Amino acid sequence: MKKAELMDYDKALELFEPVLGFEVHVELNTKTKMFCGCANEFGQGANTNTCPTCLGLPGGLPQVNAQAIESSIRLGLALGCEIAEYSRFARKNYFYPDTAKNFQTSQYDEPIAFNGQLTIELESGRLVTVDIERAHMEDDAGKLTHVGGATGRIQGADYSLVDYNRGGVPLVEIVTQMIEGGEADSPEIGRTYVAAIREIVKALGVSNARMEEGNVRCDANVSLRPRGSNILGTRTETKNVNSLRSVEKAVRYEIQRQAALLQAGGTITQETRHWHEDTGITSAGRPKSDADDYRYFPEPDLVPVAPSREWVEELRATLPEPPAARRKRLQADWGFADLEFQDVVNSDLMDAVEATIAAGASAQAARKWWTGEVARLANVAGVSADSLVQPDQVAALIELVVAGTLTDRLARQVLEGVINGEGTPLEVVEFRGLAVVSDDGALIVAIDEALAAQPDVLAKIRDGKVQAAGAVIGAVMKAMRGQADAARVRELVLERAGSADGSAE
Amino acid sequence: MSEITAEQVAHLANLARIDLSAEEIDRLTTELGQIVDSVAKVAEVATPDVPATSHPMPLTNVFRADVVVPSLTVEQALSGAPDRDGDKFRVPAILDEE
Repeated sequence: MKKAELMDYDKALELFEPVLGFEVHVELNTKTKMFCGCANEFGQGANTNTCPTCLGLPGGLPQVNAQAIESSIRLGLALGCEIAEYSRFARKNYFYPDTAKNFQTSQYDEPIAFNGQLTIELESGRLVTVDIERAHMEDDAGKLTHVGGATGRIQGADYSLVDYNRGGVPLVEIVTQMIEGGEADSPEIGRTYVAAIREIVKALGVSNARMEEGNVRCDANVSLRPRGSNILGTRTETKNVNSLRSVEKAVRYEIQRQAALLQAGGTITQETRHWHEDTGITSAGRPKSDADDYRYFPEPDLVPVAPSREWVEELRATLPEPPAARRKRLQADWGFADLEFQDVVNSDLMDAVEATIAAGASAQAARKWWTGEVARLANVAGVSADSLVQPDQVAALIELVVAGTLTDRLARQVLEGVINGEGTPLEVVEFRGLAVVSDDGALIVAIDEALAAQPDVLAKIRDGKVQAAGAVIGAVMKAMRGQADAARVRELVLERAGSADGSAE
Repeated sequence: MSEITAEQVAHLANLARIDLSAEEIDRLTTELGQIVDSVAKVAEVATPDVPATSHPMPLTNVFRADVVVPSLTVEQALSGAPDRDGDKFRVPAILDEE
């Protein structure tokens, strides 16, 4: 694959105005597929969740999943959409082995939700309102694995393997209107928009929203309009953009690539492009052509969906606080500085921190533990922090530190024990014998021994060289196997040195 | 008379992955034209007070509860496959090398 020429980003923006559009596919977390009772589960053995309906076998008949309709309506409402009084499914006909039916069951001219709006906030504080054209329901395709060829990519593969477990999983496709005026912020608008969608579907509980498992997938449309022109440029549609960072990078890349091509007198081909996470470039897929003549027609095996206005209002009443509003409220409640709060949000730990505070911890302690040690251990284990330990355990750990039972250092060991499944923080403290030695008597014995063993240090302390006490504190901490509060040891060392001084006279 | 052309039939055949000979395209152009003409007769009797519909039955909101039912076994699912590789369907190469 040859690398395309790229124009400097600032230069590209000088010459062209980027125009964006996004299609975000959200996989719903219903128990079953959209049109059949096969389980909607990620990570199962290949082709274990299939039936005649999702395999498109003769005689298979689709039946609409009520929960999927409810989730779609709630998602539409959360995006500020109107909900159709009358909505139909349609067949989108195409031949490709990712569907065995030879069509995708989708919606065409009568989507369930339309005319929405979503306002997103960029890091600069700039607010951008994205108009949502529609949010429609459809079923997902199966998963293809390309075998042979250079790199496991579709180009040059010897053959492909298909797992239809994902075929028929309910999707909502959210389509924006053209986004103009994004200018230099365009890549960030892409990332922030997809992040906002992800946050909303998570808050609604309608999707697992794990981008790494393909629950939220983004196609990014980018075109460039020459400055001073009012004619839209030809757009490309970059698919397979499945992380927030990639959305940003793919938009930026397409702006630079198209600008270089146009400036050199070339033309943009209207085509599907593939994003390559590893190399950070896009490559041409198939051009838009006859193959995109999908011959939509109303699905004859399904009757229309006509949600009553009462039902829609009932569902509207179940909507959670919008994520953006919730963030503002929580930051104010917790008194976090912007950077502290961003750290929590970016680590996806808002729920965990909130639950930890609800379980009795202070906001700062909850933040410190989650974004610090828990996040570090999760990173090492390659899992998400909130899957590693329960908020109430973290709150219990913090309580032990506040009570003086544990130092931060001991608490980190206890946390490891909790994560290893050794029990609650208190149980780990007992099991591993990790509590701080708070018995001054035991500390004084150790301190007196250490002072006696290092008379030169004792002399320095007596001469007022207080920093010399470090050597004694170190010896005592070692004798206590780290299970002492260093600040308390220091106090006692100075006290004992002083009294030793007195007794010597 | 319908406006179905041989080019349209060839285009549809291509979309539907059906390999048609020139004779078959000619015959289907005539036949499809007749079908379109017949359907067009319905439009002559349709009045503005008869809304278009895709279903003969006045039914809406026929839903299924979100309850898992047993799927086919992998062997059943793959039993009609022309080719397989382990538990997956095996299909010919999809795209040529760039």
